[in-house]
Amino acid sequence: MGSQQHHRDTNRKPLVLAVALILVALLMAFFGLGVGSAGLVSVIQNANDPVAHQIIWDIRLPRTLGAWAAGALLALAGAVAQGLFRNPLADPFLLGSASGASFGVSLALAFFGVSPLATEWLIRLGLTGAAFMGAVGAVFLTLLLARGVQHTLRLLLSGVVVGVVLGALSSLVMLMAPEVLQAMQAFLLGSTGFVGWSACLLMLVVWVFSMVLAWWFSPVLDGLALGEATAQSLGLPLVKMRLALVAVLALATGAAVAQTGLIAFVGLAAPHLVRSVVKVTHGRLVWLSSLMGGALLMVADLLARLLIAPQELPVGVLTAVLGGGYLLWLMHRSGSQTLGGSSS
Amino acid sequence: MNTIAKPESHPVALSAENVCASLSGKQVLFDVNLNLSAGQWTCILGPNGAGKSTLLKALAGVLPHSGRVSLLGNLIDSLPHRVRAQQLAWLGQNETSADDLTVLDVVMLGRLPHQAWLAPPNEKDWKAVERALRYTQAWDWRNRPLGQLSGGERQRVLLSRALAVEAQVLLMDEPLANLDPPHQGDWLCVVEDLLHHGTTVVSVLHEITIALNADALVVMCDGRITHHGPTHDPATHEAVKAAFDNRIAIHAVGDQWVALPKTLRTQNFHEN
Repeated sequence: MGSQQHHRDTNRKPLVLAVALILVALLMAFFGLGVGSAGLVSVIQNANDPVAHQIIWDIRLPRTLGAWAAGALLALAGAVAQGLFRNPLADPFLLGSASGASFGVSLALAFFGVSPLATEWLIRLGLTGAAFMGAVGAVFLTLLLARGVQHTLRLLLSGVVVGVVLGALSSLVMLMAPEVLQAMQAFLLGSTGFVGWSACLLMLVVWVFSMVLAWWFSPVLDGLALGEATAQSLGLPLVKMRLALVAVLALATGAAVAQTGLIAFVGLAAPHLVRSVVKVTHGRLVWLSSLMGGALLMVADLLARLLIAPQELPVGVLTAVLGGGYLLWLMHRSGSQTLGGSSS
Repeated sequence: MNTIAKPESHPVALSAENVCASLSGKQVLFDVNLNLSAGQWTCILGPNGAGKSTLLKALAGVLPHSGRVSLLGNLIDSLPHRVRAQQLAWLGQNETSADDLTVLDVVMLGRLPHQAWLAPPNEKDWKAVERALRYTQAWDWRNRPLGQLSGGERQRVLLSRALAVEAQVLLMDEPLANLDPPHQGDWLCVVEDLLHHGTTVVSVLHEITIALNADALVVMCDGRITHHGPTHDPATHEAVKAAFDNRIAIHAVGDQWVALPKTLRTQNFHEN
């Protein structure tokens, strides 16, 4: 049938993008393993050297994989948030969920006296749980203040208010528990430097789980793009599915923030970049955004390690600068389009 | 559990009994009672703020309301979501933000009620989508993103999306928005064709001249129905004029009715 054939032709682009993003991630992983005091060549040559072995397997590999997983989780949260709230500017940070997650972590640290650098499983799980609760709480607070999702500006402003207030509360907690101050500082700047195997595996497991859920509920996001009434008229049980998607959003944000701290703009930029290359329904968008986010954060992580070597920048600082620039460019582009009346 | 009535056999497509509805805490529908015959085109008319769109949403089952709304003989709230979605299609106004979806993807969403969850479209779905897109002459843009289309082109794509559901009842809220007169004529042809195939059409329109082609008119004012009758009945014309404070005139031109606004010059703009 003609229509089917035609659709198949245009279907290759998302697949090409997915393969390209996986290749970029593999390439970055290769470089990521080689950057540092012990270069890859020297590491391969001294395969029997236990120190080099430890550097590669216990430090660089989990960190590199962790950067991918954190980026993939944040981008997934961004894609879900943008679809769910029908707002291209929604991301885990603008909705306050990341601040909520970090508030949850700071409370857990202050009350239980653990360090965000700890690598034990139970602690990582506990921090993730606290971050998840914080993220859910913050999203609901934002929705409550905005009185629903209908009004875009109100939603974003509420997200900003919730983010600022929870950020201030996190600072207050840190001030009252100064022993976690130094560790929290690194955490607040966002860094992949402390990601060990437990944190990395935890993020990967949560990513698989939230990815499957997001994909399962993706028709709801497509329906919502046509408007609330139309989505309902298509027989989608909106209330239940929206709740499930908010849970996915909070879980993905919580898992990433608990392990790597506040890494801004990946969640906002990744879905935008995907949409600028291909036009796909949310079933594919969530996958492609995740792959894009993973690749983006790996690139940023590598840059953070290279730019002022032998020291390194917190990757959150780098993504904030790069992401901020991207957002400005996006604003400038849409502004000039509106002014010029162009439809492209 | 109630057995679901056979839709084809039911003479009343949609009915409302004592339906009340509120928006943002303010009541906008007051005890609406209505029976809409199957296989007919009914048009809801009235001034701005009369509650037309709210009534249409309540009839579509997409707005919380009190009272009873029945679709093809079954209470709409007790119908499974999927069954309701197969029987009733909805075309809303100004609610789409799907700029990053292609036309084909948007129209395929109309097939959602017929597809298994996350299943790829089958041959029947592709045929329905192609038919709907060719029907509104939007087939040529099928691979373009919705965001790249003009207002009128988008409206035709969204109409295709509603047509692709292939439901027995089609509800449209201001479907002529952004359509130029030739495409308004095309829309009329689409409606006539749907009626020919037994579909029930209910629309809210601001274009009274176009509405005067419907089988029946429902006239609304201040959240209440003031009249419901056949379009060609002089009493219906009087009710329409009254709803607009007698500031419109309805004339026969050839074999159709035309509504024109009356100017009411009370004060000259340049006078002090």
